[in-house]
This record gives sequence, C-alpha cells and structure tokens, in this order.
Amino acid sequence: MESYLFPFDSLICMLLGISFTVWFTLLLVFIIVPAIFGVSFGIRRLYMKSLIKLFEVRALAELQDPARTQPLCSPPQWCFKRLAWATLRMERGAKEKNQHLYKPYSNGIIAKEPASLEQEIQEMRRGGAEPEFDMSDIFYFCRRGVESIVDDEVTKRFTAEELESWNLLTRSNYNFHHISTRLTVLWGVGVLIRYGFLLPLRVTLAFTGVGLLVVLTSIVGLFPNGRMKNYLSDKVHLMCYRICVRALTAIITYHDSENKPKNGGICVANHTSPIDVIILASDGCYAMVGQVHGGLMGVIQRAMVKACPHIWFERSEVKDRHLVAKRLSDHVADTTKLPILIFPEGTCINNTSVMMFKKGSFEIGCTVYPVAIKYDPRFGDAFWNSSKFGMVNYLLHMMSSWAIVCSVWYLPPMSRMEEEDAVQFANRVKAAIARKGGLADLLWDGGLKRGKVKEVFKEEQQKLYSKREPETSADAVRPKTGPFLNLLRL
Amino acid sequence: MGSTNSTLLKIPNVEVLMRETGFSPAHIIRLHDRFKALDKEGRGYLCPQDFGAIKELAMNPIGDRIIGAFFSPRETVDFHTFVKILAHFRPVDKDRPKEPNSPEPINSRSNKLKFAFQLYDQDKDGKISRDELLKVLRAMLGMQVTEEQLESIADRTIQEADLDRDDAISFEEFRKSLEKVNIDHKMSIRFLR
Repeated sequence: MESYLFPFDSLICMLLGISFTVWFTLLLVFIIVPAIFGVSFGIRRLYMKSLIKLFEVRALAELQDPARTQPLCSPPQWCFKRLAWATLRMERGAKEKNQHLYKPYSNGIIAKEPASLEQEIQEMRRGGAEPEFDMSDIFYFCRRGVESIVDDEVTKRFTAEELESWNLLTRSNYNFHHISTRLTVLWGVGVLIRYGFLLPLRVTLAFTGVGLLVVLTSIVGLFPNGRMKNYLSDKVHLMCYRICVRALTAIITYHDSENKPKNGGICVANHTSPIDVIILASDGCYAMVGQVHGGLMGVIQRAMVKACPHIWFERSEVKDRHLVAKRLSDHVADTTKLPILIFPEGTCINNTSVMMFKKGSFEIGCTVYPVAIKYDPRFGDAFWNSSKFGMVNYLLHMMSSWAIVCSVWYLPPMSRMEEEDAVQFANRVKAAIARKGGLADLLWDGGLKRGKVKEVFKEEQQKLYSKREPETSADAVRPKTGPFLNLLRL
Repeated sequence: MGSTNSTLLKIPNVEVLMRETGFSPAHIIRLHDRFKALDKEGRGYLCPQDFGAIKELAMNPIGDRIIGAFFSPRETVDFHTFVKILAHFRPVDKDRPKEPNSPEPINSRSNKLKFAFQLYDQDKDGKISRDELLKVLRAMLGMQVTEEQLESIADRTIQEADLDRDDAISFEEFRKSLEKVNIDHKMSIRFLR
C-alpha cells in the first residue's frame, strides 16, 4: 500500500513545489519589482481594454421616451438606449418572452417640476382676486413634501450608482434572471475567473503589501532622524502602496501631476471609499490623519508612524476641535513634514456628487491642494456603503470585481483669500473639485446620512415664501416680487 | 435583485393594490424599493422617524403635517397604506370610463382636496378653525411676518371663504373657494413609466 502511494506522494510534492516557485517568480517579476521602481508593464491596461470591448456595444438609436408617447392600449414598450452587449441580449430575450424589463434608475421615479415657488404662485394667482395668501398655497409645499417622500436627492447619493449597462457583475444589476444560456454561461465563466483566479491572486498580493509595509516601516524606524530616513520612508511607503494598488487591480490615470501637493500644505479630496487613500498615496507621500484603531489597523498605524510622522488621534481627542486644529497647524508649520491628506466630506459618498465640506481643515490657513477622484463604474463600484457592508465584506467585493478604474486630477493650489471665511473657501474648493471630476456640486451635508437637518434650513424656506408677502397688509395690491433663490436648489 | 415578476409576487394582494390605486406594476416595484429604502431596519413597516430621516421633508414647513397625514390614525405604515396614500398624487385619469357602481378613485379631485384639507384640519372636526389656519400660516411664514399680519391674513381668508358665517371653513367651503384652481396640476406628481 505504502509503496503504491509513494510515487504519487513525491509527484504531488514536486508539482506543488514547482507551481509555488512559478507562482512566486511571476509575482516577483511582474508585480513586486515594478512596484518597487514605479514602472508598469501595461498588463493592467491591456486587461482593461479587453474588458471594455466585451462591454461595449453597437450603439442603437434612442427610442422615444415611453412616458410621452403612450397610447391607451399598446404592447409593452422598451426604451432602448446605448446599451452594453450583455444588456442588449437581455432586452432581446425579454422581448421574446414578452416581459416588462425593470429599467435602470438613472432618471428617477418621478419627474420633478422645475418651476420655482415664484412661478407656481404666479400661476395660482392668475384666477380671481389678489389676496396675499391663498388656501391653495399649501398645495405647493404638500406636493414637494410628498415628492421628497417618493424620491429625494440626498438618499440617492448614499446608495450605489445604478448602471445603464450590465458589467456581468450580479451585484450591480437588477435584471438578472435567466434570459439566455449563452449569457449565463458567460457570467458563470466570469465568476470562475474572478473568484477562482483573480481573488486569490489579489488576496496574496494584499497580504504581501501590508506585511511588507509593517515590516519595512519598522525597520526604517530604527534609523536616526534625518534625510536618509525620510528618503527610505518615502520609498518604502510608495512601494507598499503600489503593491496594494496591484492587489486591487486598480488602473489609475493621474492628470496634471505638476500640481502635486508639497510639504507644508493640506491635500483635500472627495471621498468615495477607503481605497482613495491607497490611490493617492501610491503616487505621492502624504501624512495620514485618522483615529487610532485597534487590531490589524492599529498595528499598521503604529508601524507607519515609526517611519514618518502621521497624525493619529485618540478617540477622546477627536471631540476636541481645538486640539485637532492645533495638531494639524503644528504639522503644516513644519516644512520637513509631508502634506496632510484630508477628506473633508467626512463620509463616503457614492461618487456621483460632492457634498458639503467640513470647514475645519480650511480654517488652518495654509495652502490647500485639491484633488478630484472619479471612479469608472463600469468595472466595479468602489463606493463603500458603510451601513450595508462591513470593511472586510467591502474589500472582498473590491477584490472580486473586474478592476477598479479611476482618474485622479491634481488641481492647482488654492489659498484662502482676504474676504473669504472658512466656509466660503471650503465651498470654492468643493466647486473646483466637482467641476474637474464631473460630479454634481451639492450643498447638502454628508453628515445628513445619519443626522438631522438644522433648523436654519427650515427658516430659509420660510423666508423665501414670506418674501412674496407685502410689508404692509393694508393694500391689496400685490407687490412686484423681486428675484430670489430657486427654492429647489436649497 | 430578481426578476420583475418575483418581486411583484413577494408583495401580498398586489393585484388588489394595483386595481385600487391605479399604479402600474412598474410603479409598484419602484415604490416597493423606495419603501424598503426608507425602512432601514427592514421591519416591513414605517414609523414617523423613518419619514423624519428624509432631509428635504424635514426642511419643508409643513413636513410634520404631511407625516401626520400618513400616520393618523395609525401608528405604523405598511406598504399598502404607503401606496394608497401616495395614490392621491397620481394625475387624474382623464380617460377612465365612468362606471356608476365603482368607488371613487383615490386620485379624484375630491379626494385630493380632502387630503389637503386634513393638512389644515389637525383636530379632525371637519372644519378649519381660525386657530388652525393661524398655525399653518405660522408654519409657512415663521418669523418673517408679525403676529398682527398673520392674524389679519387669517381673518381675511376666513372672511372670503366662510359662507355660513360660523367663523370656520368647512370642507364644502374649502372646496368652493378652490373651484377655479387646477387641483390636478397642483396636487399631482408625474410618475415616470
């Protein structure tokens, strides 16, 4: 019996040994070495191009919007827009089976009237006498209130963006049911590739990257402070982040690198996911800001801070705004220290818009380097919905997507001008980032994800409504209403 | 996720709901998604706090009245009630044949007016008293207008609408004062598809 198994035993050992060696050699040559030197073979871009070809489609002419051309009785209509090949197949399949397809959310469920309060009330006044207040004025607020119950701008930003075309990931598609065998097979093959091949590869890389980060930064920490230490620390950080970037198969295009943040400044960027940090830090060296965590994160944080100064706050210190501001100011005052990386939104937004920037980082009074990050949702949704998924779940999702493709724009540095206060400065920076990244610039506070609306906003609404009321109630002559803000934009 | 049909099947009595409200299957599915999005804890019903979490509604001067319209007399809102109340805001079906025995549709002009009336009439006595009118005015105008101006506006409104001189506006008087207003346009939400 034993002699029967022996040859197999050694054969298996040999095979395992060989495959491990091959695996590690490939890993070293194609991934780790380029990461150290910051060069790229271009394999990831090739991969991205082939994925695009798979998703791309022959463009179809847009049919008219069924909401407008609806005869009383008609066969189910389908709205064909520019679709991916996969969606096209689904549409054909659905037509054959005479089913209604569930259309992507991109237009919202209701058509909101763009008319402002002023126009609405003018219309209401047209019939009959001219009182200052009419019983029907309540209709406007009632309707807007119910509209917001059905569909509101803010909640939309905290759920993942829906795609018009399917990228063969079930999680981003609502239409998945069996349409054709061919499509299902393709999807199945996709699953096999992603979970069987890509995921283990990426997890290995991730562990390598993180492990190297911890070990090497601890080693660098043993050096005496000086130029050598800073140089080594930069190199080590960059290398490890680049390995992590490859672990996620992130294909990043950096624009305008001449505006990269310099020492003694603050870098601000819009926040979509924790990966933002890795993306930015693999192209430049930053001092991170954050809360001290326990566990693995804590180990990483402690190791990193040995090599170069990062700013980690204890949980109790976070509440003290002055302490936070002081530590940040001290850091930027020291020009040997790296620029600070801050995400002023304070929470993850789904990358279709930029929400209110918290003014804290803009009060410090140093140069601000804005950066815009925009992810391409076709390859995998990078948004972290922290109420739905935990961190580990999220990372698994990321590592089993096709790829993460994003663009980073470095904007020219901005400083606070004489007449501006911190809030106006923050809004100016926010507008610049939104414009560059092609995101909607919203006034809403990202903290509204969890918190309540401030009273001041309600007062604004009352003010606007009352501005159309005359100052003296004596005359029944309706005053000419002056220009005022569109209520809807507030 | 899942097919259109399977989502519809998960909703109990969905055909009755569609018949009563006039929403199409696609609308019901969208509203169901919205219901689930508002019901963050997945309990299957909504309570006032879930509505309070909608920021645009919190900013609305009569936001809490609208929430009240959903919840009184009940304490929780299930999906059926949610859809039925939202059905008030469907545009009037102009082409619907007038069957003599069928009940009035939820989105008729009269029912829309009744919905708006209850936003004013918080104590549900069937009349809008001067006090209730003042409360609404205060909510919509706030600190921007003095108390005397509010009172004079209220007085004038009641004077014009109150036909039987009981110093309150009944539903019929409310309806009459709005007979020239295009209620369908003002109180309708255009649901896409």
